[in-house]
Amino acid sequence: MKEYLPILVVFLFVLGFAVTNLVLAHLLGRHRNTRAKLMPYECGIDPVGSAHQRFSVRFYLVAMMFILFDIEAVFLLPWAVIFRSLSEKLSRPFVYAEMMVFLIVLLVGYIYVWKKGVFEWNRG
Amino acid sequence: MPIDQQSIQFFVGILLKIVILFVIGLLSPVGMNWVERRALAFMQMRLGPNRTGPFGLLQSLADGIKFAFKEDVVPLAANKWLYIFAPVVAVVPAFMATIVYPLGPKGVDIPFAASINSFVYSLTGIQLNLSTMDLHVTSFNVGLLYVLAVTSMGVYAIVMAGWASNSKFSLLGGLRSSAQMVSYELSLSLALVGVLIQAGTVDLVKIVEMQQGTYFGFIPKWYVFVFQPLGFFIYLISAIAETNRTPFDLPEAETELVGGFHTEYSSSLKFAMLFMAEYVNMLTVSVLATALFLGGWSGPFVSQFPLLAPVYFLLKVTLFMFLYIWLRGTLPRLRYDQLMNFGWKFLLPVALLNIFISATIALFAY
Repeated sequence: MKEYLPILVVFLFVLGFAVTNLVLAHLLGRHRNTRAKLMPYECGIDPVGSAHQRFSVRFYLVAMMFILFDIEAVFLLPWAVIFRSLSEKLSRPFVYAEMMVFLIVLLVGYIYVWKKGVFEWNRG
Repeated sequence: MPIDQQSIQFFVGILLKIVILFVIGLLSPVGMNWVERRALAFMQMRLGPNRTGPFGLLQSLADGIKFAFKEDVVPLAANKWLYIFAPVVAVVPAFMATIVYPLGPKGVDIPFAASINSFVYSLTGIQLNLSTMDLHVTSFNVGLLYVLAVTSMGVYAIVMAGWASNSKFSLLGGLRSSAQMVSYELSLSLALVGVLIQAGTVDLVKIVEMQQGTYFGFIPKWYVFVFQPLGFFIYLISAIAETNRTPFDLPEAETELVGGFHTEYSSSLKFAMLFMAEYVNMLTVSVLATALFLGGWSGPFVSQFPLLAPVYFLLKVTLFMFLYIWLRGTLPRLRYDQLMNFGWKFLLPVALLNIFISATIALFAY
């Protein structure tokens, strides 16, 4: 456990630094607020409506695709780490074949998603 | 755990190294910012900041002081607490990644260890037994995964900052940025799989140790040369996109989005923290590139003089950081659909291909 202790130390250290910065920012600067100063910036004119509006569904699709493919990366990482330490004759070709099947299944899904037009950013 | 002298010494050692890395992390935005403005200016036939101090060296410091005394504005429409804490969420994970920087090998002799011991003893009466040190804060067997996990927290900060500002520019910048970082993080982590197959470990220090030595006496055993050139280029491109730098700097494309997700962060210390987080993330990405592909601290005479190790390491990191500036002076910005197409339709399949090639080589070559 000893080697994991620095994570906690650095977390507390940097958190302290960041909060100090916030407090300093509040204390050192002057506060002379006007209505125009507190407006969201919109090229100098009064903002039109709220910024919290609906946005393109494409962003959700990207997030969904990310989760799918990132979990695949999670599967690949442990396999990659142990691959070379497997015994030459028996298990390594077997594990290799297994992973290739996994990659092919993934590739089929990838092609399907592509054909469905998920990656077409311009299509309405 | 009983508190004995051993553990106190261990704890103080950790704290000292964390502070040193923290200072490196703090100075890197200052230094990098100066180099960036000067080098970019020369590339564009300008002079850049040259009035504050010799060669304008104090310009970034002056900017830092100015940040501290600027008015701290929280826009009325903003979601106050999210808006205030977004910079904290940005800066904490950025600095947390610094502890696994593999600056040098384990167990390096401390120069003048005996005299330091006796000096401390004569001063405070505490008998230290310093002899060797590790030139890295810690090395645990999930090092690389830890970096990936911690740095991907940065996306939350950007989404928080973009959404909480309640400004249209911020929201667009935040959305773009999160989609982009998420897309390129895929190819980034897939590019690492090739290295992991070669190294057989996730511990950054051990990965660097695997790359010591040469082939035929002159080709270093760095993973750029050993079966991973493709992986290196995938990593390079996705790393630049991951840190939102030119030619992938759409999240803060100033000609269309003003400042992107940090438009509303006037110029107080909050903005400084977002800025710092960005530069420390660039540093982390460069450190990873150095450790995983460029042989880390390896170089001539390192085995005789281990204290050269951090020098070589930082030199390689600096070269990588300079590449960022060079690219910024050279390449125009991509369009958003080009960016997404490139990431999903080109980099991702190529990264999968790289995994296939690396696995096949590992199957037959060892």
